[in-house]
Amino acid sequence: MDVILRIFWGFLSTVLFGGLLGLGLAVASRKLKVEKDETVEALDGALPGLNCGACGYAGCGGYAEALAAGKDDDLTKCKPGGADTLAGIGKILGVEVDTDAVRMVAYVHCIGKEGIASRSYNYSGLQDCNAATVLFNGDKDCKYGCLGLGSCINVCPTNAISKTGDGLVVVHADLCISCGKCVDICPTGVMRMIPEDADFVVACNSRDKGKVTKGNCKVGCIACKICEKKFPEAGYKIQDNLSILGYDNRGPGRADAVEKCPVKCIIPYKEVKVRKASNAG
Amino acid sequence: MSYFGIVVTYIFISNMILTQFLGLCPFIGVSKNVESAMGMGLAVTFVMSIASLVTWALYHLILMPLGLDYLQTIVFILTIASLVQLVEMVVQKYSPVLYKALGIYLPLITTNCAVMGIALINVKSGYNVLESFTAGFAAGLGFLLAILLMSAIRVQMETERVPRFLKGAPIAFISGGLMAMAFMAFDNALLNNLVG
Repeated sequence: MDVILRIFWGFLSTVLFGGLLGLGLAVASRKLKVEKDETVEALDGALPGLNCGACGYAGCGGYAEALAAGKDDDLTKCKPGGADTLAGIGKILGVEVDTDAVRMVAYVHCIGKEGIASRSYNYSGLQDCNAATVLFNGDKDCKYGCLGLGSCINVCPTNAISKTGDGLVVVHADLCISCGKCVDICPTGVMRMIPEDADFVVACNSRDKGKVTKGNCKVGCIACKICEKKFPEAGYKIQDNLSILGYDNRGPGRADAVEKCPVKCIIPYKEVKVRKASNAG
Repeated sequence: MSYFGIVVTYIFISNMILTQFLGLCPFIGVSKNVESAMGMGLAVTFVMSIASLVTWALYHLILMPLGLDYLQTIVFILTIASLVQLVEMVVQKYSPVLYKALGIYLPLITTNCAVMGIALINVKSGYNVLESFTAGFAAGLGFLLAILLMSAIRVQMETERVPRFLKGAPIAFISGGLMAMAFMAFDNALLNNLVG
């Protein structure tokens, strides 16, 4: 009985005390209210409130203040917010904005999965790409590919990245908020941003010479220049022994190059999306 | 214990961060540059001093007479959290300049276990009101010292070659551990020699 009474008194007094403090704070916040700048509040409301830091400020509040004070005139810094946020900011500040810009999403430019890309040793350490990089730049013979340990998964604020089970990771484009954190953390640079409406991707990041690439990975770009030479309008460009696909001018022949690529490292992005969906489940 | 003894104890011998391992989150999170470390350190010192006074009064004037001293932990949590909120409001109202300087650090202290720690230590050690305040203030200074040293190290570390997977928090924790070992040189024998 004594114990029950003790618990009861303890419970009651804590509730009373907490309520008293809450009431006190409520009164104090009324009395000590500071008028906030309306523009800042409106901007804060228009921003997504993710506080991801993609804009370069500590959080959405910092960006809102900088915009309101005119310290920052670049309205497009909030990538995660996309077109809606941009339109909202433009409306509040009375500035014309172009909301048609295509959203950029991260993409892992590597399809050298288990068994396709060769490994030089068995890595069995901390499951982190940056840790693995310390040992001979990772366990893959190809030093440009996806190590599949998922440093990017850990930094992604929206869980848009996942492992595929065959030694690679994929970005789920619909969840990606284009903050670019995964691109920054990736030690091999295999993650790059591409437009969301991309038609094709060159799924390779190898800057090695063709012969070396061929020895390392069955689907690596060997810089044979077929895509560049046969379809000069299509936007393929060989740089550093790697075919880079541009997305600004999409000339004819982009699809034909997929057929002509001898190692089949050019793949339709749509197919990739389907693959992602099946892996997501 | 003399007031001097209390000050030396909580700055060097029982340093909140480096000896008792309390308040590690701001220690790692806000020590990337010297200015923010200074702001956080001063804010913590301020809150610790006030919290020591308030919790002492609460414990000895209300909880003890009512025989409710077993509620000290939860009551102190409530008190410190509300106190920080109140302090933030007052500072925002009457000193916008100071509010800007303290920025996000003030609300962060709400969840700082070092403040809670010093309140409980005060009670456990049976300090009187002035001793409690001194202990709180000294513990805050100890926090300020530790976080300032840490920020100096981390600023230097920016330009050093650190393995990539150790960059940021991991190397900060390792350096913090080494600093803690250095602080073990301060012990009660030193205090006894000082105070006599």
